[in-house]
Amino acid sequence: MAILEILTLPDDRLKQVSEPVASYDDELRAFIDDLEETRLNGPAAVGIAAPQVGCFRRVVILDCSATRKPVPNHGRLVLVNPEITHWEGYEMGREGCLSVPDYTGNVIRATRIRLTAFDADGAPLEFDMEGYEARAAQHEIDHLDGMLFVDRVVSRRTDLFKRKVYQKGGKP
Amino acid sequence: MTTQWHMLTLIGEDKPGIVAAVTRALFEFGLNLGETSMLRLGGNFTVMMMVSGEHNEAELRDRLKPVIEAQGMCLHIDPIKAHLHEHLVPNIQVTVTGADRAGIVAQVTSALAEAGFNILDLESDVAGTADKPVYIMQIAGVADVAVEVIERALVPLREDGVDVNVSAIETYIG
Repeated sequence: MAILEILTLPDDRLKQVSEPVASYDDELRAFIDDLEETRLNGPAAVGIAAPQVGCFRRVVILDCSATRKPVPNHGRLVLVNPEITHWEGYEMGREGCLSVPDYTGNVIRATRIRLTAFDADGAPLEFDMEGYEARAAQHEIDHLDGMLFVDRVVSRRTDLFKRKVYQKGGKP
Repeated sequence: MTTQWHMLTLIGEDKPGIVAAVTRALFEFGLNLGETSMLRLGGNFTVMMMVSGEHNEAELRDRLKPVIEAQGMCLHIDPIKAHLHEHLVPNIQVTVTGADRAGIVAQVTSALAEAGFNILDLESDVAGTADKPVYIMQIAGVADVAVEVIERALVPLREDGVDVNVSAIETYIG
C-alpha cells in the first residue's frame, strides 16, 4: 500500500484521456488499494480517479456514505471502465477537487444517472444514482475523459433557483 | 516581507473594453491581481480588485489616472490586509423571494447574524416588472449550527410573506 502523488493544476496530464482497463489482475487490485489509500489521505475527498495520480486507466473510487446529512448512496464503490448510459434532469451543486486546491465552484450536473461498470474482479455492475452520488460519478468520470470541474464551473449569477421553484409550482 | 495589497473599487457607465483597459494599465505598471469581482449593477460597471506590487497609494492613483479619466470612471483605493489561499467554503445557502419592500435584506441578515450564520456571499436582484417588483436574494455562508436552526430563525420572515428557502451545501470533493 502506498499514498500516491496527486497531480494538480496546471499539470497537462490531467487533460489526458484514460484508457479502458483490459485485464482484471492482481496488479490492478494493488493499484486500486493504493488509490483508495490516497483518497483517504486527501482532505475530505469523497472520490478519486486514477488519472489524478498519473495513472491513465479508467478506474474511479467514490464513497458518498459519510456526508453530513445522509444522501441516497451505494456505499464505497470501485468502478472500472464506468459508462453513464442514461441522464435525467439537472441541478447545480458545489464541487472542489484534490487536483485544484483551495477552489470550489458551482457546476451543473444531471440529477439522475444510470451507470454501468465492472468491479476490481471484472464482474459487471449497474447502478441508478441520484443527487450527490450521481454528481460524484459524473465528476470522477470527467477525470477519465481529461475534464476538470473548473472546465464546467458556472458563474455564481447563473441561477437555477427561479426555474426550480417554478417547476415545483412555488410562488413566482 | 508580506505583500502589500490595495483594494481598487471602480465604478462607471458600462461599456465594452473597460476591464481590458484597466487591467492592461495595471499590468504595465507591474502590478499583480489577486481576487476580483466584477458585476453589472443597474447598468453600471462595478469591479473590486485586489492588487499587489511595489507601489504606494499615491503612485497607484497617478498611474491609473489617465485610464480612469479616459473611461469616465470613479476610482477608490484602500490599503488592505489580505491573504490568498484562505477561502472559506460555504455550508448553508439561503434564498429569499418576496414582493419588493423596504427592509427585507435587513430582516433576513439580522436573523441570520443572530443565529450565528456568517455571510460569505450575497447577491440580490429586483426581478418582476416596474409595477410588480419581486426581490430575489441568494446568500451563501458558514454556520456551525444545523440547517434547522437557521430555518427556525427565519420563520418570522415566512409569516411576514417572504419566501425563504434554507438548504445545506454539501460540497463534493473528488
